[in-house]
Amino acid sequence: MHKLWLIPALPFLGFLINGIFGRKLPKLIINAIAVGSVALSFIWVLLVASGCDWGAIPLRAQYFTWIKSGPFEVGWDYSIDKLTVIMLMIVTGVGSLIHVYATAYMEHEEGYYRFFAYLNLFMFFMLNLVLAGNYLILFVGWEGVGLCSYLLIGFYFVKKSATTAGNKAFIVNRIGDFGFSLAMFLIVINFGTLDFRRVFAAAPGKPVEILTAIALLTLFGACGKSAQIPLYVWLPDAMEGPTPVSALIHAATMVTAGVYLCCRSAAIFMHAPVAMETVALIGLATAVMAATIGLTQFDIKKVFAYSTVSQLGYMFLGVGVGAFSAGIWHLMTHAFFKALLFLGAGSVIHACHGEQDMRHMGGLKKYTPWTMMVLACASLAIAGFPGTSGFFSKDAILTAAYAHAPWMFWVGVITAGMTAFYVWRAFWMTFFGEYKGHGHPHESSWVMLAPLVVLAVLSLAGGFLFNVPKMLEGMFPLAEEVPGEGTLMGISIAAGLIGIALSYYMYVVNTTLPAKITSALGGVYTLVSNKYFVDEAYDAAIVTPLVEGSTAVLWHGVDQGVIDGFVNNVGYQSKGIGDILKRIQSGNIRSYATWVVLGSVALLIVMGFVKGLPQ
Amino acid sequence: MDSAAVMNLLKNGVPISWYLVLSAILFAIGVSGFLFRRNIITVFMCIELMLNAVNLSFIAFAHQHKQVSGQLFTFFVMVVAAAEAAVGLAIILTVFKNRSTLNIDEIDTLKN
Repeated sequence: MHKLWLIPALPFLGFLINGIFGRKLPKLIINAIAVGSVALSFIWVLLVASGCDWGAIPLRAQYFTWIKSGPFEVGWDYSIDKLTVIMLMIVTGVGSLIHVYATAYMEHEEGYYRFFAYLNLFMFFMLNLVLAGNYLILFVGWEGVGLCSYLLIGFYFVKKSATTAGNKAFIVNRIGDFGFSLAMFLIVINFGTLDFRRVFAAAPGKPVEILTAIALLTLFGACGKSAQIPLYVWLPDAMEGPTPVSALIHAATMVTAGVYLCCRSAAIFMHAPVAMETVALIGLATAVMAATIGLTQFDIKKVFAYSTVSQLGYMFLGVGVGAFSAGIWHLMTHAFFKALLFLGAGSVIHACHGEQDMRHMGGLKKYTPWTMMVLACASLAIAGFPGTSGFFSKDAILTAAYAHAPWMFWVGVITAGMTAFYVWRAFWMTFFGEYKGHGHPHESSWVMLAPLVVLAVLSLAGGFLFNVPKMLEGMFPLAEEVPGEGTLMGISIAAGLIGIALSYYMYVVNTTLPAKITSALGGVYTLVSNKYFVDEAYDAAIVTPLVEGSTAVLWHGVDQGVIDGFVNNVGYQSKGIGDILKRIQSGNIRSYATWVVLGSVALLIVMGFVKGLPQ
Repeated sequence: MDSAAVMNLLKNGVPISWYLVLSAILFAIGVSGFLFRRNIITVFMCIELMLNAVNLSFIAFAHQHKQVSGQLFTFFVMVVAAAEAAVGLAIILTVFKNRSTLNIDEIDTLKN
């Protein structure tokens, strides 16, 4: 046995200790427990991965039967294959780095122990999700990470906007989870089991319509978790949470769970072409739309949030066009460079004393050189600069998209150009020009910078170090050979370079140009910078009618009218009858006596009529 | 009353119906006193009157049927009446101390 249970159990233990005793523990011990539990988990993952007999994959560990109902049975099963190992390494590896960073970032915050307890709980659920051997255990993790996301977005719970954002994330995720639950019900009905191995073995023989329905509902769940159209609206708001949370949950790990789910269910998706096409289209549309919004944002975390939505769109595009391993590859490289971007942004925000608006930054080059260097690495990677990790994975996705449908490639390339533009726009605005903020910016401590440097190395070299499609060989179909692959590569590199160059020109050389373009675009700019008014549209189309309807019908009508009305009416009627009856009790002894006499007389008369009492 | 009836009376004793009628009259007096008098002491005495009216009929029946149970019942009633007199008079005393009245119509706090 490989003791797979140890991987999630360690962070859970950390959660228990910090959650129960954290209030009284000194910070050093909280740090040791929080970081140590995740780091040990990472080490255990490495041991398991190195000790694995890759020929006997997937490894399975069945711990106990959880639900048993007739022939249907769900056990607490973990299983591990190459895909799981890659996910485990991303989650625990990047997770450990972010934990280290967070010890310094959160140093002066209230509820320090609470933060790390939640973070460890998140790691537990995320590892559970990844290790799951059937859909239900996956769902346990799926819901658990949603819960932790909610808790951590609302970490600053005295801030109204933070709690609202937490609620929004939770509710929007619930909508997606509804779809995922329906998918699971369909699987139970049609397959009689939720076990991955048995479902995927039986999938090819099932009717296409059923597989399509399952795949589409799964995709709906994935859209909620991974912030895709139409359920992406929660992720930008989720930036209310502390920056390490944004990096860990809302960039590197949790939001990629949807991509993981689709890849895990590849056996179902591959037999449902319509669903695959939908995945690709949703991914592409999300990528483009989020990228355009990203061009117009001024809050540094919002820029990266929309960038995350956009990059997740890329992953879905990869999955949708059949390049599952390319999608996972991008998931991994994205975890590196996007975690780095967020942590770097956190370092910048720290340096500027909590300022998040890039218009009040600028000129940080000379104050925070290390942060600038690591952010440059991340920005190069996300822009797809040749040789960086993002270049490989993005190129793999775009090539696969070209093989599927050339127009998807072109849209993807344009998006890549926009991505390069807005990330580098953030970079120039932050580090170049004159400092426009308050106070004196300062470089962050080495505890914060060390994880950044590690992530920077991974962002640059991740493509060489981990060739995911090769690692996943045999699990997913290999990418098709596309004629003129070099040309395609050249085009996507060019798009990235043009984006970088354009942003340099607009934000360093000719800084008056953006304002001119903004005013020239007029209405279009207003539309985009207000996120296409999607939030407002959702409010008007769904939230407001729902709230009004619930207020009028469910609250005032059903609850106050029917339920309260019934209960209150029973009370009123009893009171009314009591009011009449109470007059008999006058307190006057002679009236009581009269009643007694009248009663006895009546009794005597009755007895006279029936000739004596019944014997 | 003619001489024959007097002779019959002397020979057979007083018939039971006379006792019962007397008992009924006493009882009716008790009831009407209870209903129409306002002084608590009077009302209390009327209760005693009713009890003794009942006692009278018990005794009459016991004599008529030559059974001792009627007399036993009477003793019980007398014991109860004695206890009742003790408790009742105590209550009346307390009421008078607190309210300076013995009018039963004014003592109606326990209403509604």
